[in-house]
Formats: sequence, structure tokens, C-alpha cells
Amino acid sequence: MKKNVKLKIAFISIYLLFLIASFIFGYNPGKEIAFNLISFLIYMLKILPCAFILIGLFEVWVKKEVIEKHLGEESGIRGYAWVILLAGTIAGGLLVAFPIAYSLYNKGAKLSIVFTYIGAAAICRVPMTLYEASFMGVKFTAIRLLVSLPLVIITSVLLGNYLSKRNYKIIEGK
Amino acid sequence: MYYTYAITGLILLISYIINKAKTLKAIKIATVKFKNIFPTFITMLIFVSIILFLFSDEVISNYLGNSSEFISVLLASFFGSITLMPGFVAFPLCGILLTKGVPYMVLSAFTTTLMMVGIITFPIEKEYFGVKVTIIRNIISLFIALIVAVITGILFGEIF
Repeated sequence: MKKNVKLKIAFISIYLLFLIASFIFGYNPGKEIAFNLISFLIYMLKILPCAFILIGLFEVWVKKEVIEKHLGEESGIRGYAWVILLAGTIAGGLLVAFPIAYSLYNKGAKLSIVFTYIGAAAICRVPMTLYEASFMGVKFTAIRLLVSLPLVIITSVLLGNYLSKRNYKIIEGK
Repeated sequence: MYYTYAITGLILLISYIINKAKTLKAIKIATVKFKNIFPTFITMLIFVSIILFLFSDEVISNYLGNSSEFISVLLASFFGSITLMPGFVAFPLCGILLTKGVPYMVLSAFTTTLMMVGIITFPIEKEYFGVKVTIIRNIISLFIALIVAVITGILFGEIF
């Protein structure tokens, strides 16, 4: 563990030194990498802190029984509908979907629903879909959604069942 | 973009008015969770900055515009899997590629893998779900993307 941390610090230091040196000596690829880093960092800072605060609020306010009832083992098709609706309205893509999915799971959502959530958060966020349609046309977006969403649900159910049979547990405590 | 902060702030305020202790606990949970995953995020950011340099917009358009359809679909899936772009960068790029004559099928493979397959987010995903499940989910997603691409190709009359 300690060795890992040292390696990480060394790696990050070399990276930062490289970026600084690139600016001093005018090395363009290094400058571009720095620009990429900053623009992505800003993009994440726009979303991540909010996402984590909302996750925190979710954890204290939403009762486990509610999630178990609507998204747990006993939930039927409506559970999938709920979770797709939830995914559609939340910004941020996969990076935000992972911690949310994890919280849902800890509150008692079943695995197939958790995976459906992740898949749906990737492919059918409403603002993104509208944006996509404006560039690619409605037909393109409609095909993508209508083909991928059922596949996401089917594969999530299969994966969820497969893992439940093997007593898979998501790592605790993240 | 600031509306996410505005909405979060508003919800936080309402929560605080209703129950001060619970809200403070929520903030604490948020901070701990964020701290736990933060080092992994930083490492990922560094890789993103390098990958986006190696596979810049120009590189992607160059490769997707100049190969046979079949190879383009495979390349597009590869680029989509390995890079990470927010939608507001990816779709304008795809719009440009479309006007350059890149088939819908290829762009479908690119955007779907971009959204669903995350090689670069692998370190983060595995923190939550473990290595095995992360690999399975990503492979399934890749196949879904390829199926979507093929059906897009058929419905746009680009293949068969």
C-alpha cells in the first residue's frame, strides 16, 4: 500500500514537472496535455461536488425500505421504469452513475436494477439525447435509444441473476 | 452550467431547514465518499489528458473518414472505448464528421462506445464494483454498441 502511494506521488510529480517544463520550453504537446487536464478538471468540478452532496442527502433522507420496496428483489417492471427515469434526469454520465448506483445498491436495490441504472445513465440522459438529436438527427438518436435500451435491460437482468446466484457482493464501504 | 449548483444548493437549504443534524451528516457522508474516490479521479484525469492528446479530434476524424466501413466501425468502437468526452464535445465532432461523409453506422459505434464503454474510467468503476464485474459490464456494453451500429447501418441503408 505504502509503495503504491509513493509510486503514485512519483508519477504525479513527473507528470506535473513535464507540464511545467513544457510551458517553460514551449513544448506544444505538453501544453496541449495541460490544456486537456484543465478543461476536464473544470468539467468535473462543475458536476462532481453536486453529485456527491446529492448522494449524501439521498443516504440520510431516503429510507432503506422505500428503495427495497420499489427497486429491490420484490420490485417488478416498475422498478426498471423508475430507475431509467432517474437515470434520464441526472447529468454527468458514467462517472456520476457509479457512486449513485453504489448508493442505490447499499440501500437495497437489486443488482439487475443497479446495472440497468448504470446503462441507462450512459445512454439516455434527456438533455444529452436532445443535444445529440440536434446534431445527428432524430432518426439516428431514436434508433440508438430503441436498440440499446432494451439490450441494456436484458443484459442487466442476465448479469444480475448470474451474480446473485454466485452470491456476488459489491465492495463495502466506498 | 451553474444551474446544477443552484439546484443542489436549494435542495441542501431545504434539507437544512427541515433537519439540521441530518443535513450535516449528509455533507459529511458526501465529503468522505468524495475523499475516498478523489485520488483515483486525479489519476484518471492525468490519463484522460494524455489520451485526449494522442487521440485528438483530428486523429479521430482522420481515421474514421479514410477507411473502409467495416474497419471504420471497429476503429470507432476503439476510439469511443478508450477516450472520454462530454457530450457537448462529442456530438459537434460527430456532426462535423457526418458532413464529411462518415457513415451513420460508424458514428453510432463511436458515440455508443463513448457513452457506455469506459476503459479510462476502469479504475473508478472497479473501486465500486470490483474488477470482474467491471470487465463483464464493459464487454457487454461493447457488444451492445456494435449491435446498435449494425442496426443503424441497416436502417440508414449503409449496409445490406
